Amino acid sequence: MILSQDTKLKISQAGTRYPKIRSAILPALHLAYEEHGFLNDQMYEQIAEVLGVKFIEVAEAASFYTMFPKAPRGRYLIQVCRNISCALMGSHHLTQYLLTKFGVKLGETTKDGLFTVVEVECLGSCCSAPMMQVNEKYFENLTQAKVDQLIAEWKAAK
Amino acid sequence: MEAAIGAQKRVLFEHIDDPNLHNIDRAIELGAYKAWAKVLKEIKREDLVQLVKDSGLRGRGGAGFPTGLKWSFVPQNSPKPKYLCCNADESEPGTCKDRVLMENDPHNVIEGVLIAARAIDCHIAFFYIRGEYDLSMRRIEKAISDAYARGFLGKNILGSGYDLELVLHRGGGAYICGEETALLSSLEGEKGLSRIKPPFPAVSGLYACPTVVNNVETLANLPRIVMRGAQWYAAMGTPKSTGTRIFSVSGHVKKPGNYELELGTPLRTLIYDFAGGILDDKKLKAVIPGGSSVPVLLPDQLDTPLDFESVQAAGSMLGSGAVIVMHEETCMVWVAELLAHFYMHESCGKCTPCRQGTGWLYEIVHRIEHGQGKPEDLATLEDLAHNIEGNTICALGDASAVPVLTTLRHFKDEYVHHIEHKTCKVKSNFRLRS
Repeated sequence: MILSQDTKLKISQAGTRYPKIRSAILPALHLAYEEHGFLNDQMYEQIAEVLGVKFIEVAEAASFYTMFPKAPRGRYLIQVCRNISCALMGSHHLTQYLLTKFGVKLGETTKDGLFTVVEVECLGSCCSAPMMQVNEKYFENLTQAKVDQLIAEWKAAK
Repeated sequence: MEAAIGAQKRVLFEHIDDPNLHNIDRAIELGAYKAWAKVLKEIKREDLVQLVKDSGLRGRGGAGFPTGLKWSFVPQNSPKPKYLCCNADESEPGTCKDRVLMENDPHNVIEGVLIAARAIDCHIAFFYIRGEYDLSMRRIEKAISDAYARGFLGKNILGSGYDLELVLHRGGGAYICGEETALLSSLEGEKGLSRIKPPFPAVSGLYACPTVVNNVETLANLPRIVMRGAQWYAAMGTPKSTGTRIFSVSGHVKKPGNYELELGTPLRTLIYDFAGGILDDKKLKAVIPGGSSVPVLLPDQLDTPLDFESVQAAGSMLGSGAVIVMHEETCMVWVAELLAHFYMHESCGKCTPCRQGTGWLYEIVHRIEHGQGKPEDLATLEDLAHNIEGNTICALGDASAVPVLTTLRHFKDEYVHHIEHKTCKVKSNFRLRS
């Protein structure tokens, strides 16, 4: 996958904001992820070239963080919080409900390419449990009815 | 976020209900950046450090270390640049207080960053924000941009001759990066691995330069302390735990939410008067008073005052101020399994006891929870947890041992029942509400 000139320019600009350019690796990974929705070796090479750092420095940073999937996901990446505050409010049933509704297993994408369901650790929305993050947005205080409504809206927006 | 706010001691939450507070014009109308101007024009750097020392302000990230004292460890005669990092990587399960401040009152947080930067004579500060916090990030990004536009950041700020740049840095989704040395590794573009202390960041931190890492809530207190004085702040709370605290109450309560109360307020008052009592009027079973990495308190400890010393005396810690409430239908082996999974997932892998031990802890608790436990497992769990504790660079190893040890200490009968009967005597089954 090729990073656009615009993304490369933004990565280069990010490098100017830090006393040491290696600090711009994480911002660069976010920029590449925003463009393609996942990361791979080809992107690491391009980031390394723009920043003037080593490929391995980019690759090892990318491998450490959970926010950068290494393969494409569905248009709606549904991340259900599985940690204690959400679990106490039924998040495990929320996950099962979504998987059953979509007919997929955890981490799989629906055949129409719309939905991928994964479980994640605490997302800092503990007082509004149960919750899920869909792409960038938080959906909180979830009930079965709310989930049904959201899925219908996303399908209609297809 | 729906933050339930009743009759509280509103200091940080003074204007939190104002829907336009995140806009700089509205924030300025309500007093934002007055303290910053006062610091630049009227207060010497040394006096600012003393002011915060006198206020008694202690860090709100978890450890509770005195803020002014932490600043004073930064060597002022060092030829190296000094750095300030705002720790906005809130990730401790149960904790969601910093997010409220960043989303609703970002200028107050930014103003706190500026004041702390001045206190240590720093000219480049970093705002390390949790990667998943999209709205917080957008609000902080806009607030920083607007602060530059109004001359509160940049060169020769408000004609004072003081220069300060503030860089927003987005994390990548790793709990460990909330630990200060791991945060610095991450900010340097490396994997977020924690570092051995000493040297402490105040002497050798970011890029091996003197660095202070302060939590969002800690910094948010600074503008008020500057404007109203150390004595005003110290008069709230208890003599050793001054001021207010934002408590995030989650789990089995009727009104979960973030509540700002004076330190020293009894746990019972927080749970029953503010959070509405136990969900479905069931019996209280256990409370985690300071985020997932601290020991549970039991119903007979409900009168414990929520301050650093009292909670410690009760056998736990105030930590991040996240209060997680569990009612009688909660299986404590299941709770231990949930949290063991978390620490296994989030271990950075640098220290062998943590890298290997967290996975082992999870494996055993998972086996017990699912009816495949063996009688000797309990002794192995204790031995294992004690061999992780104190044998790792950072506190994540200690934290991973806590849920297992605390549930074993107080609810051993549940573990034994799981092992002997291959099933659960309590059976947590918290369904998604329709």
